[in-house]
Amino acid sequence: MAVMSSAVTNPHQFLQAQNRWHWIEVAFWLATLLPFVLTPSYLSLASQIAITALFALSLDLILGYAGIVSLGHAAFFGFGAYTAGLISKWGWGEPLSGLLIAAFSAAVLGYLMSFIIARFRHLTLIMMTLGLGLLLFEVANKASWLTGGADGLQGVHMWPLLGMFRFDLYGYTAYTYALIVLFLLFLLSRRLTNSPFGLALRGIRENLTRMRAIGATSRSHIRTVYTISAAIAGVAGGLLTQTTETVSLGVVDFQRSADVLVILVLGGAGRLYGGLIGAIIFMVARDQFSGINPQYWYFPIGVLLIAVVMFLPNGILGGLARLVASWRSRSQ
Amino acid sequence: MSTPVLSTRGLDKNFGSLVVAKDIEIALPKGVRYALIGPNGAGKTTLINLITGMLQPDVGQIFLGDEEITRLGPEQRVRRGLVRTFQINTLFPNLTALEAVTLAVCERRGDAKTWWRPITAYGEVLDEAYSILTSLLLAPVCNRPTRELAYGQQRLLEIALALATRPKVLLLDEPAAGVPRDESSELFAAITSLSQDITVLFIEHDMNIVFKLASRIIVMVGGRILVEGTPAEIAADPRVREVYLGGAHHG
Amino acid sequence: MITSLLGILFDGFAYGMLLFLLSVGLSVTLGMMNFVNLAHCSLAMVGGYIAVTLMNRAGWPFFATLPMAFLGAAAVSIVLERLLYRPLYRATDLDQSLLTIGIVFVSIATAAYIYGTAQLPVQLPDYLRGSYQVFGRNFGVYRLFLIGFSLVISIVLVSTLEYTRFGAQVRAAVDNQRMARGLGIDVNGVFAITFALGGGLAGLGGALAIDIVGLDPSFAFAYLVYVLIVVSVGGLGSIGGTFVAAMLLGISDSAGKYYFPQVGAFLIYLVMIAILMWRPAGLFGKR
Repeated sequence: MAVMSSAVTNPHQFLQAQNRWHWIEVAFWLATLLPFVLTPSYLSLASQIAITALFALSLDLILGYAGIVSLGHAAFFGFGAYTAGLISKWGWGEPLSGLLIAAFSAAVLGYLMSFIIARFRHLTLIMMTLGLGLLLFEVANKASWLTGGADGLQGVHMWPLLGMFRFDLYGYTAYTYALIVLFLLFLLSRRLTNSPFGLALRGIRENLTRMRAIGATSRSHIRTVYTISAAIAGVAGGLLTQTTETVSLGVVDFQRSADVLVILVLGGAGRLYGGLIGAIIFMVARDQFSGINPQYWYFPIGVLLIAVVMFLPNGILGGLARLVASWRSRSQ
Repeated sequence: MSTPVLSTRGLDKNFGSLVVAKDIEIALPKGVRYALIGPNGAGKTTLINLITGMLQPDVGQIFLGDEEITRLGPEQRVRRGLVRTFQINTLFPNLTALEAVTLAVCERRGDAKTWWRPITAYGEVLDEAYSILTSLLLAPVCNRPTRELAYGQQRLLEIALALATRPKVLLLDEPAAGVPRDESSELFAAITSLSQDITVLFIEHDMNIVFKLASRIIVMVGGRILVEGTPAEIAADPRVREVYLGGAHHG
Repeated sequence: MITSLLGILFDGFAYGMLLFLLSVGLSVTLGMMNFVNLAHCSLAMVGGYIAVTLMNRAGWPFFATLPMAFLGAAAVSIVLERLLYRPLYRATDLDQSLLTIGIVFVSIATAAYIYGTAQLPVQLPDYLRGSYQVFGRNFGVYRLFLIGFSLVISIVLVSTLEYTRFGAQVRAAVDNQRMARGLGIDVNGVFAITFALGGGLAGLGGALAIDIVGLDPSFAFAYLVYVLIVVSVGGLGSIGGTFVAAMLLGISDSAGKYYFPQVGAFLIYLVMIAILMWRPAGLFGKR
């Protein structure tokens, strides 16, 4: 933030200052505990928000940081969701190991797909991600002997978390569980974005030609981040399955891919908190308007998307950052 | 003479019926400063693109030392020490100058694959990046995003990024393109002070600079090498005079 | 066996023709400006709803509604181009995708609000209904009409691009935008007209599609996927490629529905991915 005054400080201090926790971040994470006291009847919604935020975080790594557009990110969310559901249906209802297996299987899928994704740019890339996402949807739809097809996967039952905490009707366990997983994976993502690898991802987003000219292994970076992102998306999907004890086709459909894109862009891509803020706004708004025809719900979302692209290129957080910067420079 | 650091054999490249490179043979010994000159459209940038792998030749071979690199991708050539800068700034607009150079150093050392350690743990990488920036007078602005740097500073950053890869051969495509003449001295001072271990091939239109910096000159015309020699030989060559006759106001 | 094959080819050909009309505008505009316009099928939907409204509420004859569908969609695309697209020509793929997805969302919601979410029926004139019997197979009159009509449109389109001054400008701009500007062609103006024409063709396609695939608010997305497949497989800016890809998709879709109904769209997506992996720029694309 303090671009001008940093001109003479040494590089180590400057970077350390950037990586240090800001008090707003601490306040944000403390505020995530508020639903337990303020709105205990909305804990189920809160856990859905945490899961969506995690999903958006996973997309942010590839889209916000590495600049790789994806219109099919629900593939990994859905793969994790179905994996977690099937493990439980087949008789193993232990949540944590189930979540790990969901993460691993989504990571494998992401790793395989990354070989395709890393080769393309522009429209072909958009079509590839869209096509692979739709392909997976069709598989889930048609393989109803495995997935339950359009009826959804029945018979998911989770054992108590750590053998002690049942998934209760009010969502105490669900929100606690989702929030802790979100926080841990957020820490991991924060680590990643502050690492040399995170810097390389931003390099890929900024200028791929220049990356080649400094001898960067861009494709292998893309494969790595795609795998990590898929694993996190798989965890989000697995969390949804475990906290709701059902899996519907909706976990892999295009709508979910589009929603998460909207959420991330609305909040601000390329900033870890963008997806989190976007998820809160989006999910709360959708809950408030849940009474209206779902097709009408598209209207404000569409207008919002257009407005963000035209007037707020870096989302809500980007806009706020600009406001703060201009306010600071004026007060100096 | 020992093996040249960079050499080509019989490079041809056509775009359809347009010949952009024909039978290019060069051999650059270690540490020599080569200037590549010729009128517009002579194929100078194309030659750099061929050497660095941004274009594939139709025929011919390229060697870095004893190793043939004709089929290697651009990034593989960079990792072997064959590095270029761009005529038009090709930078990372939203990375700071320090971040950009740090990234290049990390890629060279293979650290850029590491995602579980914060960048602040790499003290020596940062020190190296900072010292490169210092040597190019960019230290005072190293924490500014690249897009906010003055144009001349961005040209210097092009060179800084190339140096961060520790090149054996450095190809500079009009390093001072677009920089006003009175501001270009910093740039050429930087090029003059490059280590003598680095072989440099640079494209430049200003003959004063060419004759001041280059120990040897290659003249290209119409995709071919017309002549190669010392500045004195080139200055005296009647064919070169002929090529430059129309625009010979260079002094 | 032979007759069923003939029937599939016929249906597939008609469907392919429809896809061609829907896609060709997008292919040319994408090839020229590299603008990722995911709202192209919203224009088709506009054409469809204009035709339905004029027929069902104002009692217009079917043929009179077609030019209106064309003009209406063209008018909407001019407005979109001026207001929203022009500032984003140099923006990233992501921004262009997001903006146009936003437009798709708005169009879906607006259509649902005005017309409801049910499929709207259309009353075709008597002479377009029914079918001919050949070799013991039924050949729908409407499909025959669709093929003939689309062929005429395609011929007009191709000869416009091939033999007129405007067509030459369009081809130059698709081939090399910078060069075209250098030659003094008003690329932005050419693009705006092309964009309107492409939108109009999509609107026409939308009106013609109602009897084959139905019309409801989800049209704007459901057929977008098909149109994008046609455009990317055919190759950006290539009319011939778009035609071949549309035919391939139309015929394989109807063959798939006939022979492997349980596989659904799976096969189509798979083939598209395979083709794009083999030729990332599409079958006839240069870039």
